[in-house]
Amino acid sequence: MSEIREAQIFAPTTLAQSWAIQRRVTWALLLREILTRYGRHNIGFLWLFVEPMLFTLGVTAIWTAFKSAHASSLPIIGFGITGYSCVLVWRNMPNRCVNAVAPNLALLYHRNVKVLDVFMSRILLEAAGASISFTVLSLLYIGIGWLAPPEDILLMALGWVMLIWFGAGLAILLGALAEQSDTVEKLWHPLVYLLFPLSGAGFLVDAFPKQIQDWLLLLPMVHGVECVRDGYFGSHFVAHYSIAYMVAWNLGLTLLGLAQTRKISRTVAPQ
Amino acid sequence: MIELAAVRKKYPTRKGPVPVLDGVDLTVRPGERLGIIGRNGAGKSTLVRMISGAERPDSGTVFRSMSVSWPIAFAGGFQGTLTGVDNVRFICRIYGVDPEAKLGFVEDFAEIGRYMKEPLKTYSSGMRARLAFAISMAVEFDCFLIDEVVAVGDDRFRQKCEQELFEKRRDRAMIIVSHSHNFIRHHCERIALLNAGRLTFFDDVDEAYRAYADQSSSIVN
Repeated sequence: MSEIREAQIFAPTTLAQSWAIQRRVTWALLLREILTRYGRHNIGFLWLFVEPMLFTLGVTAIWTAFKSAHASSLPIIGFGITGYSCVLVWRNMPNRCVNAVAPNLALLYHRNVKVLDVFMSRILLEAAGASISFTVLSLLYIGIGWLAPPEDILLMALGWVMLIWFGAGLAILLGALAEQSDTVEKLWHPLVYLLFPLSGAGFLVDAFPKQIQDWLLLLPMVHGVECVRDGYFGSHFVAHYSIAYMVAWNLGLTLLGLAQTRKISRTVAPQ
Repeated sequence: MIELAAVRKKYPTRKGPVPVLDGVDLTVRPGERLGIIGRNGAGKSTLVRMISGAERPDSGTVFRSMSVSWPIAFAGGFQGTLTGVDNVRFICRIYGVDPEAKLGFVEDFAEIGRYMKEPLKTYSSGMRARLAFAISMAVEFDCFLIDEVVAVGDDRFRQKCEQELFEKRRDRAMIIVSHSHNFIRHHCERIALLNAGRLTFFDDVDEAYRAYADQSSSIVN
């Protein structure tokens, strides 16, 4: 009998046990998400990063074609890759978390699956997809010599991590708010369209007069993109960003997101 | 041991909150068989969700020192585009059970053959129910929650389920919600009648059903 009683799940768990449960629940949801979204057809889970890669490639190609619009010595491919990859990070995570709860309500019957786990698995998947896509594209262009390797890879990684954190915080907050009100989803999609051109993906802050710079730098994702580019090809331009400003935003979003998630966890009824 | 103390739960409606559980106290000891009866909408399923931990009470405490199952044969968490095998693996991973060790058992028990490797949306409702029951038996618990099921498949399969659940696991605690008089009589040693958000306990099945009938007729009048 003892050998089939392996799943003893008692109410008060130690921190180590909780961590083990957290890991296996997130992992199970992650695999389920991959299979559900990409299935086993054609290239399967490779779509995880092939899809964002195609997007980035397309946008980079268009920008390269309009290269003359940017009068500078900028590495236009590096500009395109960093710009669009950064958009993918903060845009896709919230997209995936808005309305993530309703289709997964039945899973809450498994006590260890919480609303936050559903968000986390989707956020991790998007973060992995965007990161792999960014890395593979960079290696590709560096490999064929169209792009110089990053000048300061740690600085680049810092900006990237900041953007992932920003996307995750925003995703949790919007996902939890969307569970309470349908309006969130309706407003988020037009907001993305408006934010995209302002997000720093398609411009350098330094190209603008000081007054406009100050306005642009109110948007946290602009700081992230500038930081990533500073690490990638910082010697080609003057970057404007503040990591402290981004940390403040990220902390705020994360706290609000977790609080809202906790609030809906009390009222969400599994079906 | 499972202990609920002063558990309250309200649900919002347009005309204000409706109290579904209004101070529920309940203790279930290891190996005990408790039947829960009550009219439609009395809150039996809400109570089951509180016990399982799927939902939290507004106030009061729920304490568990034994592992508690999800509602047996519950198929709601299944993903239609995934195969039977994928769904088994998912549940096993959540509960920290080695999926490969359980796949054989589930395949044998569910008797759905080659459909194990087909997406669930291609299953008949009977096949779905059989898979759901088989998965429920793949993870072991100290206490099983049974919310109106057991009408799974044909007579022979139903017998197999009863044997797997009530004979092989006769040492476990069970909390059974059912409208079937016979089922409750056959399997439960203690009955809790849920009415107006509160539980009344009976050691005698007939007495419990007399109280249930009184309560029903008083509402009709």
